[in-house]
Amino acid sequence: MTMILGIPLMVLFGQLMLGLINGAFYALLSLGLAVIFGLLRIINFAHGAQYMLGAFAALLGAQYLGLNYWTALIVVPLVVGALGIVVERFLLRRIQHLDHLYGLLLTFGLALILEGTLVNLFGVSGSSYPIPEALSGGFKLSFMFLPTYRAWVLVAALVVCFGVWFLIERTRLGAYLRAGTENPELVQAFGINVPLMVSLTYGLGVALAAFAGVLAAPLYPVSPTMGSSLLIVVFAVVVIGGMGSILGAILTGLAMGLIEGLTKVFYPEAANTVIFVVMVMVLMLRPAGLFGKEA
Amino acid sequence: MLYLVLFLLGLLAPWVAYPVFLMKILCFALFASAFNLLLGFVGLLSFGHAAFLATGAYITGFLLAEYPGLSPALGIVAGTLGAVVLGTLFGALAIRRQGIYFAMITLALAQMMFFFFIQAPFTHGEDGLHGVPRGELFGVFDLANNHTLYYVVFAIFVAAFALIRRVVHSPFGQVLKAIRENEPRAISLGYHTDAYKLVAFVLSAGLAGLAGATKTLVFQLASLGDASWHMSGEVILMTLLGGVGTLLGPLVGSGLVIGLQHQLAQSALGDWVSVILGAIFVVCVLSFRSGIIGECQRWIARRQQREEK
Repeated sequence: MTMILGIPLMVLFGQLMLGLINGAFYALLSLGLAVIFGLLRIINFAHGAQYMLGAFAALLGAQYLGLNYWTALIVVPLVVGALGIVVERFLLRRIQHLDHLYGLLLTFGLALILEGTLVNLFGVSGSSYPIPEALSGGFKLSFMFLPTYRAWVLVAALVVCFGVWFLIERTRLGAYLRAGTENPELVQAFGINVPLMVSLTYGLGVALAAFAGVLAAPLYPVSPTMGSSLLIVVFAVVVIGGMGSILGAILTGLAMGLIEGLTKVFYPEAANTVIFVVMVMVLMLRPAGLFGKEA
Repeated sequence: MLYLVLFLLGLLAPWVAYPVFLMKILCFALFASAFNLLLGFVGLLSFGHAAFLATGAYITGFLLAEYPGLSPALGIVAGTLGAVVLGTLFGALAIRRQGIYFAMITLALAQMMFFFFIQAPFTHGEDGLHGVPRGELFGVFDLANNHTLYYVVFAIFVAAFALIRRVVHSPFGQVLKAIRENEPRAISLGYHTDAYKLVAFVLSAGLAGLAGATKTLVFQLASLGDASWHMSGEVILMTLLGGVGTLLGPLVGSGLVIGLQHQLAQSALGDWVSVILGAIFVVCVLSFRSGIIGECQRWIARRQQREEK
């Protein structure tokens, strides 16, 4: 078997692949956070819970409504995103004029409620969601085995990430959004419904989290705490990428997944912390993050 | 006057209520006061204060458990100093950014400590440190006695609270408040605001470490729960509920939260503690942001105004 630096090539590529998959989730989640932060200036602490809600909705939908994976992939983000719009409309809007820290605290409270409720209803141990039949099996490559579902996750995440990037950076709607973050009053004066735009943006961010949740359901155990542990890592990714930067969120997410995968091969003890170590180094050199603008 | 009444109440309390419960409240009141020093008086929301609590708890726990003859006083001092060192490191990094950025950085740094505590050999990972001996203070006071220990914890708390009060009312504290209100203006007045913020951060971290060290002595254990980000969230809730930026707020808040947890744990609602805490969070943020003490102060101020008319 071929070896690189004393590590079998299969192991190396396997871990890199796992890292890339994790990175795809980091990218999707930090993208959602960046979208929300960009317009609402709120760190959405409920993002992890909303991701978990996506996975749970897919699982329960399959169990009780016979919802198949492909329908869930479309319907669940819409439903959870709509719930997000309700949250924005009735809770976040009330504290919009205040220090943005209150948004963080409010969503933190929501996260506690969501997570606690699901723990009580379903317990902490996870359930599993079957891989859809069309995506079972895998490809045998010369250097590794690639399960089809993982390849699909990577492709789907990249397509969605690119789509959102395109929407925000390259379309007229995106231009309004970006203008809205700079000067809401002025944009409003041009006859654009800024409050509606804010609601939809929050909904979009939440829908992204739920989409990631559905993608994750067949890969990881679906449990009420699956979001909260991931969320902190995603926060670190967001800090590294530069808060509010769309491209920064996507690229940093993928890169951090890869770095984590590499660390797992060469120095497994540090795998959980390596992202935070990178964060500290980035902060020392570029306090605004890799892609962020100096505030 | 108010402080004198509270002090007397504190002296008499262990004869009425269960001392360990009271000590828990005192430890968390100290923790929340330390946190409030930063949020309430400098305007910096640290989402990683659990790291300092846990550092104090683990260092003290480790020293007292490994060296049974060691004086508990030395153990507490070591735990506090450990938190001061960590606070200097984290503070130097975190105060480079403000507001939400600051909150995120402190959260991520604290999470780094969480993983360190899981893997470091001296913390016993998931199990934590158990059966930490309380020992004898100055070779005279036997801390195994809950009442004796209560007065030691009470003395620590009163000293720390007096320190915080002194700091807040000092010229240094005035500069901190000026930074909170308008940092660019404070800079233009010639203050090196970063230095002020760093000192406040280190002070807050050290006091949080002291709270953790004391907590270890009370419960004779140090565990991962102290380091988790839920703990950082809980201390924010205590401060917010009691009243950010008031001296007594964190005391009231921690008393309420600990009391609530204690009550709920014994009732059928025990499993819903985190849901209830989350709901309190939401209600607090939406409707009474100045907290219980803050609202009381506003009410009193309004009444006085009316009487003057």
